Formats: sequence, C-alpha cells, structure tokens
Amino acid sequence: MPETVAAAHHHHNPALVHQFDNEEQQRTASTLGMWIFLATEIMFFGGLFAAYTVYRYLNPHAFAEASHHMSVKAGAINTTVLICSSLTMAMAVRSAQLSSKKATAWFIIVTMIFGIAFLGIKAIEYHEHYVEGAAPGVNWTITGNDARQIELLFCFYFIMTGMHAFHMIVGLGLMSYLLTCTLKNRFSAAYYSPVEIIGLYWHFVDIVWIFLFPMLYLIGQHLKT
Amino acid sequence: MKDHIVPVRTYVIIFLALIVLTWVTTAIAFVDLGPFNVYVALTIAVIKATLVVLFFMHVKYNERVTKIYVGAGFFWLLIMIGMVLTDYISRLWLPANGAW
Repeated sequence: MPETVAAAHHHHNPALVHQFDNEEQQRTASTLGMWIFLATEIMFFGGLFAAYTVYRYLNPHAFAEASHHMSVKAGAINTTVLICSSLTMAMAVRSAQLSSKKATAWFIIVTMIFGIAFLGIKAIEYHEHYVEGAAPGVNWTITGNDARQIELLFCFYFIMTGMHAFHMIVGLGLMSYLLTCTLKNRFSAAYYSPVEIIGLYWHFVDIVWIFLFPMLYLIGQHLKT
Repeated sequence: MKDHIVPVRTYVIIFLALIVLTWVTTAIAFVDLGPFNVYVALTIAVIKATLVVLFFMHVKYNERVTKIYVGAGFFWLLIMIGMVLTDYISRLWLPANGAW
C-alpha cells in the first residue's frame, strides 16, 4: 500500500487504529487472527472426531445400532435450523457492510432465534434419551451383547453434541454483544470487523454440526432391520 | 481484505444448495449402499462445509495469506485422522505372535 494513501486515511476513520496502514490491512489482520483461533477450534473438535473415528472403526455394529436410538428427524430439522441461522448471519454481516443498522439488528435477532430453536430441539432430544434409558451414568437401561459399546457411543454423542451446544451458547452471548453494539451505532461500512469475525465463529459452529449430523445420526441407519 | 460485498443472490443459492444437500444425505442414509454409505455421507458433509467456508465465511474473497491458514487448519485435521487410522487399520496386518 502506498504510504500517502495510508496517511490520508488516518485522519478520516476514527475506527482505524494507528498500527495499521489502512482499513483493508486492519480487516485482514482481524480476519486472519480469527482464523488462527478457528484453527485451534479445529484441533479441539478434531481430537473428539479422531477418537470417535477410531472407536467407530473398532465397533462398527454397536455404533450402527446406537445410531438407531437417534431421532434422524430431529437431527435433520436441527441441521436445517442451523443452515438458516448461517444465512441470516451472513446477511447480518452484509447489512453491516452496507451501514444498514436496522437490517443488521434484525438479522442478528433472527440468527439468535434460530440458535435458541436449535438448543431447544437439542434439549428435547436429550430428554428423550434420558427417558429411554440411553443416558450413560445417569439413566442407562440398554442391555445386550453390545450394550457397553453402545454406551461408549452415547458418551461420544453427549460429549460432542454437548461441546457443540456449549459453543452455541457462547455464540448467543457474542450475538447479544453484537446486538448491543449495533444499537449503539458502533458499526458502519468503515468498521464492522466484530460482526465479520463473530460471523466466522457462528459459521464454524455450523460446520461442526454439518459433520456431527452424519457421524452421529446417519451412518448406520441403512442397517436397521 | 477488499471490502467485498457478496450479492444476496449468491447467499440464497448457497443456502438452497445446503438445504438440498441435507435432504439428499438424509434420504440416502436409509438406502443400503454397503460400505459406500459412510463415504457418501462424509463426501456430502465435506461439500457442505466447503460451501460454508468459501461463501458464508468469505474465504473465496479473502487474500492468499488467510487462505493458507484456513487450508493449513483443515489439512492438519486430515493428517491427524489419517495417521491415527493408518495405525489402527494396519495393526491387524501383523501376525499376532510373529517375528516382531
């Protein structure tokens, strides 16, 4: 970037902090920083995914049987809800880029509603597992030759979906922060990095679910007799 | 990052693609494809994740340094799962009480 352009920008945008040459460089830095954080999140969920893969490889039949205890309908509806929330989140970022405060606020609110709906459906599923006796350590009544291995899958299920749900709750907290800042006129076309990077976080949590859905609900359904 | 504003049309197309792929993967899960059920389910999940990363997360429009970090993050996951599975899959290839 030519320094003259950078110097000119310094006096125009109060959101541009002095260690950056211009808005473009500042946005690149925050996006890159967020992706480095998301790489650590890939490592975090990656450990769970790898452990799940190993135990699924070692106990394919028990894991397939366990997937028959899942409600594919609830899982598919929740996947759809999260995809809708990703669209509204993307639209919230777009509205912030266009300095449209009202649209940004509404899209954030709708995204939060989808997020809460997801958690509600997840809670109903957890309750059904509990009632059915498929909650390891709390209420476990499934018996048979593969009972221990099925219990193992349910441990993976509760830890993986639980960590995912925890990320959703954190996301909802971040959304409330974004909503407050939006209503205080903090964002405009000149500065919307928080909307952009919290959007990245929200989409990332969506991606984790995009993998959890086939892994926990779908694979093994065709073996149902 | 250039202040790239993605058209609403693009977002809606990606959204519809994600919804259709969710239906497809759910429907195929109940069809017996033998060992291919796993591959089909995971391939569709990878396609969906790629669409989200490229368009909703704007990586398609980011500059190269961000793309490299994104690629490195996911590539690391492939290395980990790939190497862990190489271990578990190849364990049975050795004789139980062989020359080892």
